[in-house]
Amino acid sequence: MLHQLSWMVGGQQGEGIDPTGSILSKALNRQGYFIYGYRHFSSRIKGGHSNYKVRISTKPRLSNADALDMLVAFDQETIDLNARELKPGGLILGDSKFKPSVDRNDVQLLHIPLTEIAEELGSRIMKNMVAIGATTAILGIDPSIFTDMIKKQFARKGDKIVQANLEAIRKGAESAKEQLNPKTDFTLAPADGKSRLLMMGNDAISLGAMAAGCRVMPAYPITPASDIMESLVKRLPEIGGVVLQTEDEIAAVITAIGASYAGARAMTATSGPGLSLMMEAIGLSGMTETPLVIVDTQRGGPSTGLPTKNEQSDLNTVLYGSHGEIPRIVLAPSTAEECFYDTVHAFNYAEQYQCPVILMTDLALSLALQTVEQLDYSQVKISRGKLLSDEEVAALTDENGYFPRYADSPDGISPRAMPGQKGGIHYVTGVEHNEIGRPLEGTANREKMMKKRMRKLENVQLPNSLITREKDDAEWLIVGFGSTRGPIEEAREQLAADGIPTSHLHIRVLAPFPTQSVKDVLSRYERVLVVENNATGQLAAQLRQYVGDISTIYSQTKFNGDPYYPSEITEHVKELMAHGNSQRLSYVR
Amino acid sequence: MATVKDFRTSVKPNWCPGCGDFSVLAALQRAAANLDLDPSQMAIVSGIGCSGRISGYLKAYGFHGVHGRALLAAQGIKMANRDLTVIAAGGDGDGFAIGTNHTIHAMRRNIDITYIVMDNQVYGLTKGQTSPRSTQGFKTKSTPDGSLEREISPLQLALASGVTFLAQGFSGSTKELTKLIEAGIQHKGFSMINVFSPCVTYNKINTYDWFKENIVSLEDDPDYDPSSREMAMQKVMSTNELCTSIIYQEQRPSYTELLPNANHKPIVKQELELGEERFQELVAEFA
Repeated sequence: MLHQLSWMVGGQQGEGIDPTGSILSKALNRQGYFIYGYRHFSSRIKGGHSNYKVRISTKPRLSNADALDMLVAFDQETIDLNARELKPGGLILGDSKFKPSVDRNDVQLLHIPLTEIAEELGSRIMKNMVAIGATTAILGIDPSIFTDMIKKQFARKGDKIVQANLEAIRKGAESAKEQLNPKTDFTLAPADGKSRLLMMGNDAISLGAMAAGCRVMPAYPITPASDIMESLVKRLPEIGGVVLQTEDEIAAVITAIGASYAGARAMTATSGPGLSLMMEAIGLSGMTETPLVIVDTQRGGPSTGLPTKNEQSDLNTVLYGSHGEIPRIVLAPSTAEECFYDTVHAFNYAEQYQCPVILMTDLALSLALQTVEQLDYSQVKISRGKLLSDEEVAALTDENGYFPRYADSPDGISPRAMPGQKGGIHYVTGVEHNEIGRPLEGTANREKMMKKRMRKLENVQLPNSLITREKDDAEWLIVGFGSTRGPIEEAREQLAADGIPTSHLHIRVLAPFPTQSVKDVLSRYERVLVVENNATGQLAAQLRQYVGDISTIYSQTKFNGDPYYPSEITEHVKELMAHGNSQRLSYVR
Repeated sequence: MATVKDFRTSVKPNWCPGCGDFSVLAALQRAAANLDLDPSQMAIVSGIGCSGRISGYLKAYGFHGVHGRALLAAQGIKMANRDLTVIAAGGDGDGFAIGTNHTIHAMRRNIDITYIVMDNQVYGLTKGQTSPRSTQGFKTKSTPDGSLEREISPLQLALASGVTFLAQGFSGSTKELTKLIEAGIQHKGFSMINVFSPCVTYNKINTYDWFKENIVSLEDDPDYDPSSREMAMQKVMSTNELCTSIIYQEQRPSYTELLPNANHKPIVKQELELGEERFQELVAEFA
């Protein structure tokens, strides 16, 4: 009996790979299994190999498995490309015309007439239902778990279609049972049956934006961020908001700044190339102290790079991009659940600190389906910072009828009025300005206003900046951000099983950098390994910059477009223990 | 009743003496007063350059952003609060070079804002380089042998882009300009007013006198019908774009009127809390 199983379906893009993976994921999630579903796709609409991995487990998993247990092949190419990922004794399901993998005689090919059954029932496309039926039968799960879903999903298409799909599932299950070698046990241990959610990071961000009161969302389509716009356009208008597909990313971000200046909660979402176009506007937000929320769903760069593949290489860009110097906040959630709560925080911070807030995810976090515990709406608190009421605004108006929008204050944050408020008239400019917003280039004013702006975040450490899992006897501390959380957690389990206890630090707020807290954690370890999906070790460089006097910082990087497999981290730690590291970054003592 | 004084600030504009932009500011202030607008219900957004300073000289909520992007912030403001009167203003560089894309899209979107272009056919604040409106052959610091490129035709561009209100004015005729701005603000939808606003320092060709000699007002033509896009296009072409007055106007629902949220309160006046019940409905999709 298995407590976790890794399954993959592969075929040509456009062949129904996604629905196959997501229907299976949803049904098993409802049974109380923990799901992690990762899509592997290329930058084209139809054709080309595509696959969908589903991790099914009785405990939380946020990573692809090191090896596959089962592979559903919709074409021969899927077998040729992916059979190497199967465990010894693994299973391939596919049409009878498919040939076994040439280099894997230790895996079994189970001929399930996926296409034949589907065609008999009326349409080739139903082979995904046949495959799902076969899969669940092998896992020892009653295929009736799909009945309600199928009825709902195809209700509009009529009873005939519903019945055909249910029949496809039943026949798939039957065929698998007939042929399964009883010596192989792929039976899944029962799940806890608890009701949880299943969503992508992008879904969680959309939900978070709705909950946080976002009402204006201008954006330009880009992978892997587009889903955020697409899901908000379904929901925002009915509660009075607006989603606008703009002519480009510059338009998106400045329209958001305009809406935010006018008092709405506004957000845009993009990925690396779009973020680059938004850089001038991020400076404008910082200089004019206009709240702004930008989601950057990182993908492979530079330039168009790997648009459908995972990478974490925008870190330097979000931390340092735009000209001049501005205060900014960078949040990096590592799970879909954190994506939800951090989106709410992003809107609050943007208004509380009156500066740009970048919520940074990566493709693996944005697009992977994962099981999420029920979201707690009571934790959603909307705080608008120093946005004043009409009475408060009127009380601050000067004799000339102007509102001191950039009034100096100990915390650097000035009271804010919005257009339409009586007595709130003020002037906002990206040019250096005085307290009432008038352009002023004088040296004394420049210093005063720069200090005022930078003071906002100077000594701030935002709550929940770090996630730490520490073991008393650990020599190693593994550090990461974003989607590497799952692989790191699982690598630690593997290392612990081999008698190597490790600790884990995941950094969730990258600006303002939680220097003191990170220092405190790092000071407890002889060796630190920073794991990240980029080539130059951008997070490791951050650590070196802020806590350079601590121990030895090693770096592990991966930039081939795939997220980490847990074993890659496990092996790297063992390698370091045996031989040291050629990629060691600093040795500052 | 509002007066011009209500829209005046104590700030002295940093425009050169004789700059056409003074008249644009005066006409805008006069138009706002004539329409009895409330300065606190008005937002003016501008880009960068001499023209960009205008948002600081009008008593209203002023936003001086980045080069070429005034229309974007203006549209964001209007979406957030459709009760506000929103004016965008900028130069010909702003509107027809760096921001051409946004100009075209704002026109096809037909969002209810008024866009005033101060067209002086040269780059002033960067000290006299060629602009997309400089006539072919125009000699500047960046085109010492004369500009090789043809000038942009703002009026044809606007008509082709689906503008619902198009006017052209001249800084030498403040009275006419005031009327055009009033009509633009009253128009429900996107209104563009291109204003010949001479640069007395860097443009020695397209001067006040030159415009006086070359422009014709369509008001002098009793047969002109501004509701015909075809006639407008013909007139614009036959006068080589040197005509003033309302050139074209049509009534078409504006962007904010077409939005599914048109029945709701303006966004900035809405409750932000989603409520537990609505939240659970949204979450149910992921169960």
